[in-house]
Parts: sequence; structure tokens; C-alpha cells
Amino acid sequence: MQIVIVLIGASLLVALGFLAAYLWAVKSGQYDDKYTPSVRILFDENKKAKGTAKK
Amino acid sequence: MEQTELLEKTVNTKTACYHCGDECPDESIKLNEKIFCCNGCKTVFELLDENNLCNYYSIDKNPGATRKYHTKRNYDFLDDHDLKLKLIDFSNDIKTNVTFDIPQMHCSSCIWILENLYNLDNGIISSKVNFLQKKLFITYLEKTTSLKKIVGLLDSIGYEPLLNLEDKKEEKTKSEYKSLYYKIGIAGFCFGNIMLLSFPEYLSINIAQHEELKKIFAVLNIILSLPVFFYSSSDYFISAWKGLRKRIVNIDVPLALGILVLFLRSLIDIAFLNGSGFLDSLAGLIFFLLIGKLFQNKTYETLNFERNYKSYFPIAVTVHKGNRETTIPVEKLVVGERIIVRNNELIPADSILIKGNGNIDYSFVTGEAVPVEKKNGEMIYAGGKQVGGAIEIETIKEVSQSYLTQLWNSKAFKKSSVSEESGITSFSNTISKYFTFGVIVLAIAAGIIWSSNITLAFNAVTAVLIVACPCALALSTPFTLGNTLRIFGKNKLYLKHTHVVEALASIDTIVFDKTGTITENGAANVKFIGKDLSQEEFRFIKSSVRNSTHPLSLAIFNFVQEEKILSSDKYSEQPGKGIEAKFGGTILRIGSKHFVDEQIADENLSTKVYVSINNEALGYFEITNKYREGLSELISNLEKDYGLALLSGDNEGEKENLRKFFGYDNEFHFRQSPHDKLSFVEELQKNGKKVLMFGDGLNDAGALKQSNIGLSISDDTNNFSPACDGILDSKSFNRIKDFIAFSKTSKKIIVASFILSFVYNVIGLSFAFSGTLSPLIAAVLMPVSSISAVVFTTLSVNISAKKKGLL
Repeated sequence: MQIVIVLIGASLLVALGFLAAYLWAVKSGQYDDKYTPSVRILFDENKKAKGTAKK
Repeated sequence: MEQTELLEKTVNTKTACYHCGDECPDESIKLNEKIFCCNGCKTVFELLDENNLCNYYSIDKNPGATRKYHTKRNYDFLDDHDLKLKLIDFSNDIKTNVTFDIPQMHCSSCIWILENLYNLDNGIISSKVNFLQKKLFITYLEKTTSLKKIVGLLDSIGYEPLLNLEDKKEEKTKSEYKSLYYKIGIAGFCFGNIMLLSFPEYLSINIAQHEELKKIFAVLNIILSLPVFFYSSSDYFISAWKGLRKRIVNIDVPLALGILVLFLRSLIDIAFLNGSGFLDSLAGLIFFLLIGKLFQNKTYETLNFERNYKSYFPIAVTVHKGNRETTIPVEKLVVGERIIVRNNELIPADSILIKGNGNIDYSFVTGEAVPVEKKNGEMIYAGGKQVGGAIEIETIKEVSQSYLTQLWNSKAFKKSSVSEESGITSFSNTISKYFTFGVIVLAIAAGIIWSSNITLAFNAVTAVLIVACPCALALSTPFTLGNTLRIFGKNKLYLKHTHVVEALASIDTIVFDKTGTITENGAANVKFIGKDLSQEEFRFIKSSVRNSTHPLSLAIFNFVQEEKILSSDKYSEQPGKGIEAKFGGTILRIGSKHFVDEQIADENLSTKVYVSINNEALGYFEITNKYREGLSELISNLEKDYGLALLSGDNEGEKENLRKFFGYDNEFHFRQSPHDKLSFVEELQKNGKKVLMFGDGLNDAGALKQSNIGLSISDDTNNFSPACDGILDSKSFNRIKDFIAFSKTSKKIIVASFILSFVYNVIGLSFAFSGTLSPLIAAVLMPVSSISAVVFTTLSVNISAKKKGLL
């Protein structure tokens, strides 16, 4: 039955990892704005578009 | 939710401005294939095009804000060091962080252009948008650019920031929000693991031969429960303690008692009695309670309920020094300074008129809709708005001591929150007093019955306290009210807090402001009474009022249906009197009776504009308020159940018109100053009335604050509205009755769910009283009662909302 203790320890470690990831996400502000990133991801990066106006 | 509210402009593509989507008068302003409504819009396009930022136009169609009515502002005041320190978030002399409010933000294109600002100004290191809060966070290099330049840039592309000096307190609510997320995360983590480690208990697996294992599980459970008890549940202990110190037994008192007993009993169980405790129930309970809290804390981030007079004031004024004009922050304005006030600008301090024709609109302060004429040397009070040409004034009082600001010294503004001071205690707090008392009596009774056996007595007493912990009770209120708040939000009534829903149910008197509240802003009913006018005569009238900025002129201009506009040969406007215009051989005079110089009819208080052509009196335009749609229906519905009253800053001119809506039983008060309004509400409250006040402007702010619930009505919810408990979109004005009725329904649902949770408590108590509450029963009973309370309230709120047509 000793193996159970090892398994419990391992499972707790994994769970703690997820908890840490969650806390980091909150701290880094990912829960502050739940809308804008969903729009931002659709923008093309560094794409320069020239209008048809000519100088 | 907000994302669906993104402006979808339905645009006629033929004449729509490429930049803003407004209809173009003609196709004269053109750049290649693109047509613009005004030169302002074209300038923005050119600027963006030059910097290769035309993606702006491909993400959303016609994303810009119209530049037709835009006047260039002078941002010199942003070079003022003290003012700058108040606006920026952080600076280390090299880099500076600043946050702007940008109300015009409305679509994906806006996000894109604002996050690409570094292409327009290479001093900007980064710019980031929070769309729901309509905020823009900018980091810039002090050496390369300046605050003034950035604000100027934003203004020039149509995103003029709202400069406000008192936004700093928002930081606090943000960190509160974060700490709730932390608490939920930790409670959830511990709850899951404790349950896992309690599984042998649930399944009655005999692990007696592994004594060691059992001990390890128990110790792990205790370790996992520590952060839940000491961190996640701390709010409940703090709130209970605060309540007790004020001698109030709020709902958190029995909760905190239950949590404390759960924890201590579990520790004793594990340490001395070889039991396994109730730590899973403890963690689960707190996890659910915090979820309920998160649900209740729904806030409308873009709306601001706390605005005071300062947010109405400009943050800078134009001063005249020597021969130079410059702008300085309003706080640096001293007595004796000469300032220039242009069309539609607010007077920041009590002053004397020096130069120009004063035509002051005091509707902000008094509610009186018609501007007052002022002559040189006359006193002008702060809060008035100049209509017409620029004037020069000299300040005689400091901003903080002006007439307008005195209102804010009233004690109504000192009270903090609805729940504590409005005199309406929430239902759950009323119940919890009796509840706590009952639980303690029961616990003592259980202790006495089993007094022969100490262990059994301890078990029974603690079990009673644990089972009676009002978790279902504590959950049903936030879920019911939170749901109600969301349903109101969908129907465009935005309440500041869930307390307001409960308070709304106990209202018995409703007070309305007149101007802007029951009348439509900027709309008027115009009627011409007199001789039949020819088309040509109407054309003269329309042509002559066109050049005037007076609101009555505007009303007449909009009223007269005439396409062709003539240019007058001679034109003069005498402020406060009227207009004289000459078209060929015809002289037209339009204005006050005295100005038109005729004895036509009796003086009446309603607003009349007289007309004469070539000294022949033709009649007058009668201009009356336009009332909101559905007003009479709403009033006749409300009249049956509530006391109604009407307060107005205007004169009695509209009295007879109002009688049609309000009948003869309700109170009318005219010529009410902001102070009068406040004391009227106060008087009602002294007579034991619970007052709901509807207002719209700064002049109602005192009364809104004083009343049990103050709701402000707004045509555009992003606009300024005075400090209040909620903002009602004017489109939902005729549904007020439904809202009040629904708040009553919510209250009934809370009562019903309380009864439900009492049933659970009785079942639990029967176990507890006999001293046979096993961890398994507790672990089942607690989540079942909590979840059923949540399901019951959520379903019943939604079903009854559907029945009432609110969903």
C-alpha cells in the first residue's frame, strides 16, 4: 500500500502545478479583460495596408 | 454581453462617408473613389493612409466617428506638471504609463488603430486596449513625445480621450476582484483534493488495517483545509465581525459561526476521536459561497455610477493673459482671472461677465431649459453653459466655493452605500437575526438533553451548529438578485449593485424630474398659431433662424418643412430678444413679444416666439415639451400603487399639459432648485416613505443621492449621468412598472428558497439532534441543499422573467 502514498504525492504535485498556473494567470491580468484578446487575435501582425490615395 | 452591442451601422453605401458612415450631403469631398461627408473625416483618412494604416477601414466598415462637429481643442494645459502627475499612472522620467478613457471606442477597427498608435508616433512604445472598459493603456518615451502630443494625436484621429482627474479609486475594486479569483481558485483546489482523500470514508472502505494511511490522509486534509479556512473564508469572518461591532447580526454571522465550528470540530475529531471530520464539507461550502459572490458581483464596467460635479467640469480653461490665450488646469484658476468661454462650454467658477453677449443655459443646475440672457457686469454662476459666441468673464470665487459645489457639501453625499444607509435592510439580514438566535437556542437545548454523556453532547451541539449553517440561505440571495440584475441589464436598466433590486421592491413613492426625464432631450413640439403663412413666408422664417444657436431657433428650424434656404441681405440677432432679417424688401422680425412690438395675446408662461413681416404681426410659434413615449400609460399604471410627484426647475408653463398625464391627485412642484429637490425627498422620507427618484442631470444629483433609490435616465448610457444607484436607458422608460414588479417577484423567490433551505435544515437537524451526523450525511446534505437552492432560484427567476416578457 506504500505505493498509494507515492501516487497521492504525485497527484498533489500535478494539481499544485495547475493551481500555480491559475494563480499566475490571474496575477498577470488574464482575467481583467475577457473580451479584447478575442478580437486582437484576429488581427494580422505587421500587415501594412496602403489605401488607394496617391500622393 | 457587451460584444453584441457593438455598433452595427446600417449604411446606404451610395452616399455613406468612407470614414464615419454618415450620409454625405453630396459627393464633393472626394479622394479617389472614396467619398467623405466632411473635410475632418478626409483628414483622418489622409493621416492614416500616409502611415499605411488603412487596415482600419477593412476590419469594420465605416469605423470612424464623424468629424463634422469637431472643433480643435487647445491642449496646452497638459504641459502643466502637476496636472500631468494626476493623469499619468507611473513615470520614471524615461518611460511613462498613462491610461485614457475613450468613449468613442465601438468596434474592432477601433481596437486595431488604437493598438497601432506606435506607427503614428514613434515615442509610443506600446498601447493596449481594454474594450469593455473602453480604456487605453499607453507607455511612451518622455524624450521623444509628450502627453500633450499623444492626446492631440488621439483627438486628431477621432478618439478624444475623456480626461478625468478622479479615476484612481477604480484600482481598488480591481484588486478586490482579483483577490476573489485567488480565493475561489484556492478553495476549489483544496475542495477537490480533500474530497479525493475522503473517498475511503464515503465508500466505507475499511482501511483500519492501514492505520498509517488513514492518518496520512487526515493530516493531508488538515493541511489542505488551512488555506481555505484562513484565506478563502476570511471575508465572511471580517464581515461578521464588522456587523457585530455595529450590533447588526448579518447573514455572515451564522455563516462564520458554522465555518468556525466545522473547522474546530473536524480538528478535534481527527486529533482525539480518531474520526475523519467534515473538512470536505467545509471546503465545498466555502467554494460554493465564493462562486455565489462572484455571480453577485456582476458590474457594468463601462458605466460610472459615482460621478460628481467635478466630472461635469472641464479640466482646463482658456485664460486671457496679456494678449495671449493659453489653457490652464481648472484647479489652478484663481480669483480675478480672465477666462474665455466659448459656445457650449461650461462656466467653471462664479464670475462676472466682462465682454460679449452672455446667453447662459442653466439647465445643468436648475433644470430650466431656456437660456438666460446676461449683460456686461452681471453675475454668472458656475455650472451654466454659454450658448452662442465666445464671452470673456472674470472669476470672483474659487471653483471649490462656487454656488454649484455647495450642494455637494450636503450630508446626502456623505453616506456610503445603499445597503447600509438607505433604511432598507436586506431580507436575508432581517432573517439572519432570528435565525442565529434560533440556532443557538437549539444548540444549547441539544447540549442539555445529552448532558449525561459529554462526548455525545459535544457531537450534538457542534452538529446542530454545522447543519444549521445557512449555506442554502446565503446562496439563494446572490443567485436570485444576480440573475435579476442581469435580466434588468438586458432590458437596459443597469443597477449599481444587487442591493438595489431588493430596495426597489419596497418602494412606495416615485418622484420624477421633468426636463430630460419625462421629456425628450432636445425634442420639442412646435405649433404655429396665427395667420396662414405662405410658402415664401415660411422660407423667410427658416432662413432667418438658421444662423442662430438659440435652442428655440433650432426647434423652429427643425419644425419648418422647407427645402430652400435664402441668404438674407441684412441680419442681426439681439440675444434674449430676437432676430431681424431683411430679404429684398421684406423685413422679418422673430422673437419675444416685446421685440416684435405688438400687442397680440395675453402673456402666457409657455414658450412663444412671435413673428412679424414688414411690421405686420402674423402669429406665434408655441413651443412645448415633447414627452417620452408611453408616459401617460406608465403614469396611469403607476398611479394605482404608488404615490407620484413631479419636480421641475422650469416655470409652471407646462402645468396644464402635465395634468393630462398626471391627473389632479399628484403633487407638482415648479421652479425647484437642486436644494429644493433634495429637501422635498427628505421630507417624504421623514413621513416614512420609501422614495424612488428619476432624474437626469446635475440639478437632480442631490435628490438622487438622498432618495432610497436614485435612477438616472440617459439617452446614451456612456454619457455623463449624475451619481446614482442605477442608469436607465431612455428606451426602456415605459417599462418602469415591469421593473418594479419584477423586483417584487425576485423577493418572493428569495422567500420561497428560504423555505426550501429550512426544509433541509430540519432534516439535517433531526440527525444532528440525535448526535448521529456522520461525515457522509453532511457531505451529501450540504452540496445537495446548496445546489438545489441555486438551481431553484436561477430557474424560477428566468421562468418568471420570460412570463413577464423581460427575457
